[in-house]
Amino acid sequence: MASASSLVRLEGLTVAFDGVRVLHGVDVELARGGTLGLVGESGSGKSVTWLAALGLLPTKARVEGRVLLDGEDLLAASERRLDAVRGGRIAMIFQDPASALNPVLTIRRQIGEALALHRGLSGRAIGAEAKRLLDLVGIPDAERRLSAYPHEFSGGQNQRIMIAMALAGRPDLLVADEPTTALDVTIQAQILDLLDLVRRETGMALVLISHDLGVVSQTCDRVAVMYAGRIVEEGPSDRLFADPAHPYTRGLIGALPPLDGSRRRLVSIAGTVPDPKAPPPGCAFAPRCLHSDRRCAVAQPSVETIEPGRRMACVLAVHRREESAGAASSLARKETAAS
Amino acid sequence: MSEPLVRVDDVARAYHARRGLFGRPVEVAAVDGVSFALGRGETLGIVGESGSGKSTTGRLVLGLEPTDRGGVVFDGAPMPKGGTAEWRRLRARMQMIFQDPLGALDRRLPIAEQIREPLDIHGVGDRLSRLDRVGDLLDRVGLGVDHGRRYPHELSGGQRQRAVLARALATTPDFLVCDEPISALDVSIQAQVVNLLVDLQAEFGLAMLFVSHDLRVVRQISRRVVVMYLGRIVEEGSADDLFATPVHPYTRALVSAAPTPGRRLVDRIVLGGDPPNPADRPTGCAFHPRCPVAEARCRVETPRLVDVGAGRRAACLLVAADATPNREAA
Ligand SMILES: Nc1ncnc2c1ncn2[C@@H]1O[C@H](COP(=O)(O)OP(=O)(O)OP(=O)(O)O)[C@@H](O)[C@H]1O
Ligand SMILES: Nc1ncnc2c1ncn2[C@@H]1O[C@H](COP(=O)(O)OP(=O)(O)OP(=O)(O)O)[C@@H](O)[C@H]1O
Ligand SMILES: [Mg+2]
Ligand SMILES: [Mg+2]
Repeated sequence: MASASSLVRLEGLTVAFDGVRVLHGVDVELARGGTLGLVGESGSGKSVTWLAALGLLPTKARVEGRVLLDGEDLLAASERRLDAVRGGRIAMIFQDPASALNPVLTIRRQIGEALALHRGLSGRAIGAEAKRLLDLVGIPDAERRLSAYPHEFSGGQNQRIMIAMALAGRPDLLVADEPTTALDVTIQAQILDLLDLVRRETGMALVLISHDLGVVSQTCDRVAVMYAGRIVEEGPSDRLFADPAHPYTRGLIGALPPLDGSRRRLVSIAGTVPDPKAPPPGCAFAPRCLHSDRRCAVAQPSVETIEPGRRMACVLAVHRREESAGAASSLARKETAAS
Repeated sequence: MSEPLVRVDDVARAYHARRGLFGRPVEVAAVDGVSFALGRGETLGIVGESGSGKSTTGRLVLGLEPTDRGGVVFDGAPMPKGGTAEWRRLRARMQMIFQDPLGALDRRLPIAEQIREPLDIHGVGDRLSRLDRVGDLLDRVGLGVDHGRRYPHELSGGQRQRAVLARALATTPDFLVCDEPISALDVSIQAQVVNLLVDLQAEFGLAMLFVSHDLRVVRQISRRVVVMYLGRIVEEGSADDLFATPVHPYTRALVSAAPTPGRRLVDRIVLGGDPPNPADRPTGCAFHPRCPVAEARCRVETPRLVDVGAGRRAACLLVAADATPNREAA
């Protein structure tokens, strides 16, 4: 499904640590200015996917496949070339804000470094732009707080500083790993509005990794769901949340506590993720799946298109496709009858 | 009502932040007069603006930081000063789970050893039973023995947070302060951890202070909830009432902005104005510059946290006026 407008494309990306595979071939594509949400099991490889794509994993990690940025394979690129890409064309906001910031440098120094390196700014211009960025992400008293250190900020403020740093290089692609988890929902909404604005103004594409299904659904046009190192379902966000197809996705959405109505015990998905050292022979989700049958234990289900623009890796896919084709044709019938 | 396990009385804490290289240090009032009580086996949720002092409140309550004003009573006795031998003895009964799991863990030690550490420190059981207990704890938070052998950076974000939880539960505490304990977990594991905390609470009468931005989870786990804004409590009530019918304008904005998957937010209350600056607290009601319904008097009169009926308290001049027409002059 190569398309001319694709900005990044991951092809068969695999990652292994000490001979144990944790990523089993991830294929995903993102258009210029597009938004892709990445959700799924904790430990399923969401962060590792993008750390691998940007060459940020420790050397013991074995990475294979292709990561195409405008057709250039980043996995084959030199370290120098990668340094220029990271923070410049592609920026990443890391999952642990406190540990991603340098505790002994002031915020001004840290943002300043990015501005000098990727925007060629110097002197006064750095201070002014750094202040503008902090204002943008809603840090009060930005001017003065530039000379503060990370431990002098709250968790959510550090997170916003990370976002400011990521935007400093005017990236074409922002990979944001849990960018709003430490923020209250009103500021979260403001940050998401901000990212949306930047995206519309600059054509920046966004990969949003988050456990917050609500945030992903508000922000992303497309969503990919990961389980045990694979994308198990992918499609347009509104369709996927309205009508999740993969049993894992359904379990995930079913586990969400309600904001109103009566409280009941939450329904989590029974069982635990398979040990990556001893994966089950067939579908990795089968041991926990309510719908699994003999076929699931035999082979890894292939990725099938279930409706235009939607794919999933599950034996139910065929069934599902017929169902939606059936629904579509009965809808068509109704429409003809009505006209 | 019997004596609560934890009583927090008007605690306050200011930091001294330097302003620029040559500027005089200014006071940042991180927490400015917070009071609440927490019974055994009860959970109090804290939600609120980022930077409003939730984490600081958690640290003050545990004595991890000294208070500038006010005090904390734990199990009938004043909390001993942080760092003293008496305080350290109490620590086995009070644990905290921090917002940043990587920062809370020691990078140089495998997870299992870190979970065992509090057992060693407080001399719980013999060597063998401690190892058993570690295995049991790993299991309860959904990690395997294999994870126990790994170092923090070899785990995913959510796996790390579960390791932190296992360590906090090791000494079977009476009181647990959870600062954003589940935000790094996927919703299915969130559900597991929330169920786990609820079970532990029923089993051991664990009291919890639960800080989170996830209103759904807070509602699920808490009996009562307080909402903080700029170092103070602006609203308090039962979890069900507060989210169903928020009365303080800030709480209303908060509830209206909570996203639901598959549904576009339609009537989100967008807060205008700049986020509040604790070093330069607005006069009157601290929320007035961003409040959609503020009136002239909100700029001058400081609302106090008052009863607004049905077990609810709120700090808003307009709400107080509605509920109690004969309110005392502030
Ligand atoms: N440096 C490392 N060495 C060994 N294993 C690792 C390393 N980094 C990650 N892993 C493993 O790779 C798998 C994928 O991890 P990853 O961090 O991508 O998960 P994730 O989907 O981002 O999870 P979360 O939602 O909890 O952040 C996990 O099983 C994790 O334990
Ligand atoms: N060591 C410090 N020095 C100076 N200011 C500090 C320090 N620690 C916290 N602050 C300030 O105190 C205020 C309260 O911080 P706190 O971490 O308690 O907020 P929070 O409610 O937990 O926020 P978040 O939801 O973002 O974690 C913030 O304005 C923060 O910048
Ligand atoms: Mg991750
Ligand atoms: Mg905090």
